[in-house]
Amino acid sequence: MYPVEHFPVLIVGLALFCGFTMLLAGYTSRRLPFFMSLAMNSVFLIMSLFILDHVLTVGPIRYWLGGWRPPWGIEYVVDAMNAYLLIIVISIVILGLIYSRGNVRHEIEERKHVTFYTLVQLMAAGMYGITVTGDLFNMFIWLEIASLTAYALIAVAGGRALRPAYNYVIMGSIGAVLYIFGVGWIYSVTGTLNFADMRLLLPLVYDSRAVQMGFAMIVVGVMIKAYIFPLHLWQPDVYTYAPSTISSMMASVHVKVMFYMLLRMFYSVFTLDFIRHYIGLDLLICWVAAIAILAGSIWAIKQRNLKRMLAYSSVSQMGYILLGLGLSPLSPWGLVGVAAHILNHAIGKGCLFMCAGAISQQEGLRDIRDFEGLGKKMPHVCAAFTIAALSMIGIPLTAGFASKLFLIVASLDAAQYPFVAVLLLSGLLNLVYFWRVIDQMYFVKHKGTENAAEVRETGKSLPLSMVAPILILASLCIIMGIIWLTNIPMPLINHILSNLRMGVTL
Amino acid sequence: MELMTPLFAILCPAIAAALILPSRNHPNIREAWTIAASLAMFLLVLSMAPLIVKGETIKLILFQSMFKDIYIGFKVDAFGEIFAITASSLWVLVSIYSIGYMRTLKEHAQTRYYFSFCFAIMGAVGVALSANLVTLFIFFEIITVSTYPLVIHEQTPEALRAGHKYLAYLMPAGAFLLFGIMITYYLAGTTDFTPSGIRQLADASPLVVTVLFFAFLLGFMKAAWMPFHSWLPSAMIAPSPVSALLHAVAVVKAGVFGIVRIVGYVIGMDLMQELGLWLILAGIAGFTMIVASFFAITQDNLKRRLAYSTISQLSYIILGAALLTRDSMQGAMLHIPFHGYMKITLFLCAGAILVATGKTRISEMAGIGKRMPLTMLAFSIAAIGMAGIPPVCGFISKLYLCLGAWAVGSPYGMIFLAVILISSLLDIVYFFPIILTAFFKKPAEDISVFGEEKMKEAPPLVVVPLTITAIFSLIFFIYPNMFYIYDLAKMAISELFGGV
Amino acid sequence: MMEWLIQHVLEKYNFWIAMLIIIIGLTATIVKENLLKKLIGLSIFQTAMFLWFVSLGDVGRNILTTWGLKTGTPPILWEQAAEKGYIYVNPLPNVLMLTGIVVSAATTAVALAIVIRIYQKYGTIEEDEIIEKEKEFERVGG
Repeated sequence: MYPVEHFPVLIVGLALFCGFTMLLAGYTSRRLPFFMSLAMNSVFLIMSLFILDHVLTVGPIRYWLGGWRPPWGIEYVVDAMNAYLLIIVISIVILGLIYSRGNVRHEIEERKHVTFYTLVQLMAAGMYGITVTGDLFNMFIWLEIASLTAYALIAVAGGRALRPAYNYVIMGSIGAVLYIFGVGWIYSVTGTLNFADMRLLLPLVYDSRAVQMGFAMIVVGVMIKAYIFPLHLWQPDVYTYAPSTISSMMASVHVKVMFYMLLRMFYSVFTLDFIRHYIGLDLLICWVAAIAILAGSIWAIKQRNLKRMLAYSSVSQMGYILLGLGLSPLSPWGLVGVAAHILNHAIGKGCLFMCAGAISQQEGLRDIRDFEGLGKKMPHVCAAFTIAALSMIGIPLTAGFASKLFLIVASLDAAQYPFVAVLLLSGLLNLVYFWRVIDQMYFVKHKGTENAAEVRETGKSLPLSMVAPILILASLCIIMGIIWLTNIPMPLINHILSNLRMGVTL
Repeated sequence: MELMTPLFAILCPAIAAALILPSRNHPNIREAWTIAASLAMFLLVLSMAPLIVKGETIKLILFQSMFKDIYIGFKVDAFGEIFAITASSLWVLVSIYSIGYMRTLKEHAQTRYYFSFCFAIMGAVGVALSANLVTLFIFFEIITVSTYPLVIHEQTPEALRAGHKYLAYLMPAGAFLLFGIMITYYLAGTTDFTPSGIRQLADASPLVVTVLFFAFLLGFMKAAWMPFHSWLPSAMIAPSPVSALLHAVAVVKAGVFGIVRIVGYVIGMDLMQELGLWLILAGIAGFTMIVASFFAITQDNLKRRLAYSTISQLSYIILGAALLTRDSMQGAMLHIPFHGYMKITLFLCAGAILVATGKTRISEMAGIGKRMPLTMLAFSIAAIGMAGIPPVCGFISKLYLCLGAWAVGSPYGMIFLAVILISSLLDIVYFFPIILTAFFKKPAEDISVFGEEKMKEAPPLVVVPLTITAIFSLIFFIYPNMFYIYDLAKMAISELFGGV
Repeated sequence: MMEWLIQHVLEKYNFWIAMLIIIIGLTATIVKENLLKKLIGLSIFQTAMFLWFVSLGDVGRNILTTWGLKTGTPPILWEQAAEKGYIYVNPLPNVLMLTGIVVSAATTAVALAIVIRIYQKYGTIEEDEIIEKEKEFERVGG
C-alpha cells in the first residue's frame, strides 16, 4: 500500500479534526484559528498534488475505511476526475481564506470570527469529503456537512442575509432528503451503497421502476443543491447577501462539488447506457441546459446590483457545465468541456465575486450605476474584474474561451447544432451585462468632473490579503486560457475519460 | 523555414504595452517605448521579406492544442507579409503623429490610448502573420477588444454610443467567424491556409460551403461591406490617429485581409468559381463601392466623408479578390498597402486641420490651402491617388483591377469594369471639391479657434508624418517594389495561380 | 382483484404510509407562510423519509405471514434463528437513518437559530410580513 493512498482519508479526517480544534484554539487566541486553517489547507494542497501524481502514474486510489471490504465497508475512491477537482477545491479554499482575512473584519462582527473560520474549515472538510468518497450514503453525510455549514455561513452576515439563508436551509434540506430518498430506492433494489458495486448490479435492474424513481429523486435533489435551472430559485438572494468570501467560495467550488455528485451518478453509478437508452435523458438535459444558459444571462442583464448580476450569471454558467454533461454520451468532448469549465468558472467567478466584495468594502458601492470612475480609484481590482469578465464572455486567450470551444466542438461532434448557436448567443449576452460594468468602471465620464485625472483619491485602500487572491485568480484566467489551448492538459483529460470509462482517448 | 522572427515581431508591442503602464507619469519615456517598439517591429517584419521573395515561407508553431491539427502558430507567406509591412510601417509614422496630435490638443487618458494602440497593432500584425484560421481568430478578437477604448476615447455619451455600436457589430461578427471556423474544421479536419483552398471543402455539399462562405463573410464585418458598414462612420468620433491607423489600416484591412484569405486560401478560387460564390461577393463589393461613394458625396464632415471613401475603397479589394483573375487579385493585394498609405495621409491631414484650426467640416475649410500649404499638398497628392490618377500609386492598383476585370472575359467582367470606372469617377467627385475649397475659395474668417497667434501649419510632429506618407505614395508609383511590396505581390500571385 | 390489492397495497403498506406523510410534510413546507411551520413541515418530511427507509429493511415480513413462521427478527445474533427459519431484519437502514436523524436534528437546530435571528430583526416570523418589512427597509435605506 503506497503512503499516498492514505492521503484522501487523511485530508478529510484532518480537515474535520482541524475544524474542531480550531474552535478550541479560538478560546486562547482570536487569531490562531485562521492560521491553523490556512496551514492545514496548504498541507492538504500539497497532499492533493501527490494524489494527482499517483493517480496519473499508477492508477485510481481505492481506500477501504477501517479495512472493511466493500460492499460492506465504506470505500473512498480517487480517480483522475476526483483528484483534479480536489486540487481545485483546496486551492480556492486557500485563496478564499487569504481573501477573508481582510474581508471578514469588514462584514462580520468581531466576536463571530472564530466560529466563522471554524465553519469555513468544516465546509471545506465537507467539500473534500464529497470529492473523495466512493459510497452513496457517505456522500450524503459530507453533502450535509458542507450544506449545513454553508447555511450558517450565509446567515452569519446577519441583516438581509437571514431570510435567504432560511430559504436555503429549507430548499437545501429538501434537496438532501430527496437525494437520500433516491438512494433508498436504488438501495432497496440492489442492496449496496458502494459506487462500483452499484455499477455492476444496476444494469440487471434497469427496467425496474424503483431504479428509475431513485434516479429521478437523486437527480432532482442534486439539482436543487447545484442550483440548476429551474431549481435555482434560492440562489440569487443567497449570493447577493452572503458575506463576499462565502459568495466567492460557494460560487467557485461549493456548487462544483454538488455538480460533481451529479457527474458521479451519471458515470460511475448509473452508466451512460442507462441515461441514453433506458430513459433517453441526454437530449432533455441538453435542452434544459440551453434554457438555463439563456435564461440566466437574460436575467443577469436586468440586474443593477453587481452581486445579484453575478449570481444569475452563475446560474447561466452551471448551464454550460450541464450542457457538457448532456452532450457527453454523444461526444467525449462534452466531458472535456465539463472538466474545463469546472476550473474556468471557479477561477473566473471566484475572482468576480471577490472583486465585488472589494468594491463594496472600499467604496461601499453595490449598484452598477454608481461605479463611475472606479477604474481610477481601484485600478487593480477593476483590471482583474475586466480580465475575469472577458473570460466569462469568452474572448480568445482567456480560460472561458477554452471551455466554450470544447463545448462547441462537443456539439458539432454530437451533431447537435442548435447548441452551437446557444453557446455563441450566450457569449454575446454575457458581453452585454459584463460590458456595462466595465464601461461604468473605465469609460463613462464621471458626473461633475471634466478630466478623469482630477478624481480625488479617496485614500482608502484594500489590504494586500484581499488584492493578492484577486490578482492571482485574474492572472490564472489568462494563464489557464493559454494552457487549455495547448496540449498540456492532454494526459489529464485522457485519464479522466478513461477513468470515467468513456472508452475513448483524444 | 522556421524562425522566431514572427514571435518577436508580435512581442514588440506586447512588451511595449507592459512598459507603458508603469511609465504613465513620464510621458517622454512612455512615448519612447511606443516609438522603439514600432521601429523594432517594422524592422523585424521587413527582415522576413527578402526570404519570402525568394520563395520561402516562415513557419513557427507556438502551441499545439488537444485537437488534431489545430495549433496556434505563424506562417508568413507573401500575402501576409504585405499586410504586415503595411501595418508595421504605418505604426511608426502614426506613433510620431500621435505624439504631436495628443500633446497639442492636451488630450486626456493618453496612457490608455498608447496602451490600447499597442494591442491593436499586435492584433493586426498577428492577423497578418497567422498560419491558420484559429490563430487569425484569436488576433482578430484582440483587435476588437483593444480598439474599443480607442473608439470611445472622448468618453462623451456620443462616443460611448459609437463604441457600443462598434461592439454590437463586431462581437457578433466574431461569433459568426468562430462558427465558420468550427464548420471548416469539421468538414476538413484542418484550418490551415493553403494556397489552393482547403482540399476537403471541395468534397462537402455545395449548400454547406455556401453557408460557410456567408458565415465567414458575416464574420469579417470589419471589412465594412454594405449593409453592415455603419459602425465605421460612427467610429470616426475617435481621435484622428485612431481613425487613420485603425480605420484605414489595422481594423478594416484585417477584415479585408480575412476575406481575401477565405477566397484564396480557405475556400479556394476553384470552389468559389464553381459554386458561383465569386459573383455574390463581387456583387456585394460592387454595390458597396458605388453606394458608399454616393454617401461620401453627401457628407460635410471631412472624416465621415473619408470613412465612406474607405468603405468604398475596401470593396475594391474585395472585388479584386472576387474576380479571381491574376491581375485583379494582384490589384487587390497591391491596393492594401497603397490605399493604406494614401488613406492614412488623408486622415492625418484631417487631424492636422483639426489641430491647427479646430475645423471638421469641409464647408468651413475654405482657403485652408493658403494657410496650410504642406498639409493640403499632401492631401491633394493622396486624393489624386485615390482617384487612380498617376503619378500616385493608386493608379497602379486600379490599373491592375481594371485589367483583371477585363480578363474575366464574360459579360460580368465588363459590368464590373464599368463599376470600377464609375466608382473612380465618383471618387473624383467627392475628393476634388475638398481640394478646390481648400485652395481656391476665399476663407470666411482669419482667426483660428485657438486664438492667440494665427496658426499656420500644425506642429512638426503632426505634419512630418503626413508628408512622409504622401511622399511614399509617390514613391510607390515610381518604385512599387519599395519594402518589397511589388515582389511580394507577384510571389503571392504565383503561389495562388501557379507559374510566374 | 384481491391478489392485486394485497400485492400492491397491503404488502407495501409502508410505502403508502410513508409517501402520504412525505407529501403532507412537503406541502406544509411549501404552503405555510409561518417560518416555524415550514420547519415543522420539513421535519415531517424528513422523518417520514427515515421511516420509509427503515421500513425497507424490514425483510421477511408481509401481512399475510404476520402470524406465520417467516418473519424478520431483530438483528441480534441468535443461534436458533436459522433453525427456526427466521430472517434477520436488515440492520443497515437503521444505522444509516440514525445518522440521518442526526443530520436532521442539526438542520433543525440551524434553522431554528436563523428563525430566532429573523425574529429579532423583523419582529415577526410570517414570511409575507418579513418580505413587506424588507421592502420598507430598502426604501428607508436600512
